[in-house]
Amino acid sequence: MDIQILEGVFDANERIARENEALFREHGVLAVNLMASPGAGKTSLVSRTLELLSGELSIGVIEGDIASSVDAEKIKSYGVPVVQINTGGACHLDAAMIREALGHLDLFSLDLLIIENVGNLVCPAEFNLGEGLRAMILSVAEGHDKPLKYPLMFSQSHVLLVNKIDLLGLSDFDTGELRETIRRMNPAMEIFEVSCRTGEGLQAWADWLKRRVRESGKEGNP
Amino acid sequence: MHELGVTESIAGIVLRHAEMNGARRVIKVNIKLGELTGIVDHYVSFYWDLVTRDTIAQGAELNFTKVPVVAYCNKCREEFRIQEYDLTCPRCGELASDIISGREFMVESIEIE
Ligand SMILES: [Zn+2]
Repeated sequence: MDIQILEGVFDANERIARENEALFREHGVLAVNLMASPGAGKTSLVSRTLELLSGELSIGVIEGDIASSVDAEKIKSYGVPVVQINTGGACHLDAAMIREALGHLDLFSLDLLIIENVGNLVCPAEFNLGEGLRAMILSVAEGHDKPLKYPLMFSQSHVLLVNKIDLLGLSDFDTGELRETIRRMNPAMEIFEVSCRTGEGLQAWADWLKRRVRESGKEGNP
Repeated sequence: MHELGVTESIAGIVLRHAEMNGARRVIKVNIKLGELTGIVDHYVSFYWDLVTRDTIAQGAELNFTKVPVVAYCNKCREEFRIQEYDLTCPRCGELASDIISGREFMVESIEIE
């Protein structure tokens, strides 16, 4: 006997993601899902963003990690609320993990929630968390051909931070070629070239992010 | 990568529907898999045997239908297959294309007895 099912493998995650999305909208919080390979500079970018914006915006952080809490400790030193999620070996965060972490945050008091995903360019792209903004980092050390190897992540993200541009002179990374690949793959993608080490380019990113927070935030929801 | 987790999800879906329909055994599972998902069917099949051990789905055949990545040009209404993830319309050269298929990942049907 044949039985029609037509049930998506990610349907359960999608349902919870939509609930998270509704929660963020109700509370006027912009949630940013930050994804990158290990070592691309996610935690440094979160730190730099906090330095630039925590005086003006109320920011919370969710730190996804396979096992350690090293990054969460670092972020806590900025005096912002941090929730650590240990995925217990899983290579990505999912919507249910975020839902649980939200129980430890006061969403009413936040403008911006930065979710640092697990270091990986494949799996996190498959799991919608309910975020309003999908951001990814590509570091110069990884090479400009990464979009062709990880097309889903690059085609799904709204903003790309090209990090470690202080290393451009030491590598054959071709920014022009990267921009051309992205233009054909995801024409709407915003690109910022930054260095979390020297601070170059970060103000433009922070200003842009602040605008996004204001647009999606409290005004529409007095 | 996360093939183990998704294989567990597939098994959950299959077993739920098999039991609802009073199955004694699941013979075949038909899965639609988009090429943009990055899921490797070979690994799913590998984990399937582990995940379904001692269930009525043990030994069931997994049949994958691959869905190519296809885009639709909003300007000239041309549908075209994506090569190297280039959204440029091959007919009019515009970049006004949406991906319309390639992200599917769905249990379409099962064969039970
Ligand atoms: Zn066209």
